[in-house]
Order: sequence, then structure tokens, then C-alpha cells
Amino acid sequence: MPAPRSTSRDLALIATFTGVVAALGLVPAFLPPGFTVPITAQSLGVILAGAVIGARRGALSVVLLLVLVAVGLPLLAGPRGGLGVFASPSVGFLVGWPVAAYVVGWLTERGGATYRVSWGLVANVVGGIIVLYAFGIAGVAAVTGVSVEAALVATWVYLPGDAVKVVVAAVVARGVHAAYPGLLGSGRRSARERSTV
Amino acid sequence: MTSTIGLYVPGSSVLHRLPAGTKLLAMVAVGVLSVFLDRPWQVAAALAAVLAGYPVAGLPVRVALGQLRPLVWILGFTAVFHVVVNGWERAGVVVGVLAALVLLASLVTLTTRTTDLVDAVVTGCRPLRVLRVDPERIGLLIALGIRCVPVVAGLAEEVRDAQLARGLGASPRAFAVPLIVRSLRHADALGEALTARGLDD
Repeated sequence: MPAPRSTSRDLALIATFTGVVAALGLVPAFLPPGFTVPITAQSLGVILAGAVIGARRGALSVVLLLVLVAVGLPLLAGPRGGLGVFASPSVGFLVGWPVAAYVVGWLTERGGATYRVSWGLVANVVGGIIVLYAFGIAGVAAVTGVSVEAALVATWVYLPGDAVKVVVAAVVARGVHAAYPGLLGSGRRSARERSTV
Repeated sequence: MTSTIGLYVPGSSVLHRLPAGTKLLAMVAVGVLSVFLDRPWQVAAALAAVLAGYPVAGLPVRVALGQLRPLVWILGFTAVFHVVVNGWERAGVVVGVLAALVLLASLVTLTTRTTDLVDAVVTGCRPLRVLRVDPERIGLLIALGIRCVPVVAGLAEEVRDAQLARGLGASPRAFAVPLIVRSLRHADALGEALTARGLDD
């Protein structure tokens, strides 16, 4: 996985963002009027991992969170944890998390060194909804043996909440990049980035 | 510290004393074999065997039921789907296998120390040396991650207090932005500390 060796700074960012995604899972779930499924802030953290620290580091920080969950820390919203969550029907969403973070990060990096909410929204929808739901629905169908259509029905209740999160993530990422510049323009793309600006 | 936030329940049963690697391999093997369970009596036997593991480990059956509580909704949905499409027998088999696997995985978690599982992960990553991945670095990253969880949780508490003091209510932006910026500053300090200890050499 981490074939290009991570620097100390990369390791620090990866580990710290694992803490951020875990902390967002601790935020009490809120139930907007008219919704049947509580919205937790944890998948907001997954999108933010890609949108704030980029594709590779963001995906690795989500993988690290899943490793910590697997070794017995109750860091998923609920709080839930342990190996049991990987045998449950929601495993598709968990497997999809690092991929979603990677896609969000990859697209965000393509948007240039300055984070724009409009492009961020595109990145978050593609990674945080389309990619994530593809994995999630496939997971529900595979684990429970129901048809893909039925799995769609079982997961659509989460969609309104995730649509809200996609917007919140873009606004939060904009605020973070404004207050802490340099995260997107760094690394191997910086030379090209500078030449285009 | 890990013992205070982990799910591990201390004990001295046979299941507690088995090596972590053995338990993980056995769990994976059962997961693979579970594909071949298709008779209700086989599933009932598997479920009974896994449930019997809880008293063996000194855990009340109440704990086992607690593991399934978050899944009630999706298990119910699955059962209804299979009753309608494939009949009662198939519904029982699918839901039973699912419950047995979740209970088994939870049993491993409850009876194995987090530190032992981390060591098993690091050992399991040794073949990755071929891909020039250093398993010890993975171990370090896991340790850093475990440390960062309470650190960031502490930052989150400070940010929430500040937010309430300024009367900003429950705005997600007013919470997440300062939390992440503070976390990034913590990462700066952490990265410098790692560099100072020669990690980039």
C-alpha cells in the first residue's frame, strides 16, 4: 500500500486525522425533523479526510481507523467496534470509506491549490455518495443475499443525511484550507500547480 | 491506556489464553466455511456453538445479545426479504449465519487484548516487506493512531466549550473547522517530534 515511503509529517497527519474521524463519530447523532435514520458526523469525517489531507494520506488515515476498530477500539459511531462490524451487512460502507476518501482527495487535488466549494461539492458527491454507495449497496447485497434493488431500498434512507454531509464537508474544507493553507499545493504536484496559477 | 478504551474484557478462560493469531485464523476459516452452511440444523448448530463460547469465556449471554442489537433493523429487513422471495428456510439460514459470524468476531474481540491484536497485525504485515512496506512502521502508525484518538477527543471538548462560550450553538462549521485546524497543528508538532527522533533517516 504505502509504496512511496511516508515522511514523518505524512505519518503524523494520517494518525491525527484518524483521531479526527473518530472524534466526529463521538458527536451525538442528530435527528432532523422528518428523517427516520439519525445522522452521525462520522462519514463527514471520511469525506473531510480526502478533502483536507489529500487522496493518499486521507485514504490511509481511514484505513488506520478501520485497523483500530478491528483491533478492538469502539471508534465507530454508536459507539461500535471490534471485528464484529466487519461481519455485519454494513461492511460494504466500511470497505468503501478509504476508497471514497481517496476519490474525494484525488478530485480535490485536481482542483488546484486553492479549495473552491463548487469543485469540492463535485468531488464530495462523486467520492462520498456515488463511490461509497456503490460499495455499500454491493456489501448489503453480498452479505444478506438480498437483491441489489432491495439493498438500494435498505440504504436510501441514509441518502438525505449524506447529501447534507456533502455540503457541510465542502464548507468545512473551505474553512480549513483558508485557515491552514499549503495542504493541497504540497507534494509532487506543487510544481505544476505553480506553473498554472 | 488502550485497556480503558478498548472492548477487551479481561479474563483467564481458554479463549482468553489462545494466541491472537490462532483466533484470527480460526475466525477467517469459519467465515470461509460458513458459505457451505445451507441446512437449518447446520446453522442452528453453528449458532449454538458460537453462543456456547460466551459462557466459556466467562461472558454472560446478555453480552452476546448486545452485539446483535445494532443489527436488528438490517437483520429484520433481510429476514422479510428472504421470507418473501425464498421462503422461511432460506431466511432462517441467512440470518442465522450472519448472526453467528458477528457473534464469533465479537467473541474474538472481547477475549483478545488490543496490544496482542496489534502485534498480530504487525506480524501479518511481514510478507509486505516484498512491497518495501516496513511492518514496524505500520506498528508505529497504529500506536500513533491510538494515541491521537484521545488527543483529538480532548481538542474536540475544548472547541465545543469555546463554541458554547461564544454562543455559537450547534453549528457544524463552527465546530469542525477549529477542531481540524487545531488537529493539523498537533500533527505539525507530532511530525517534528518524529523527525527529531530520526524517523526520516
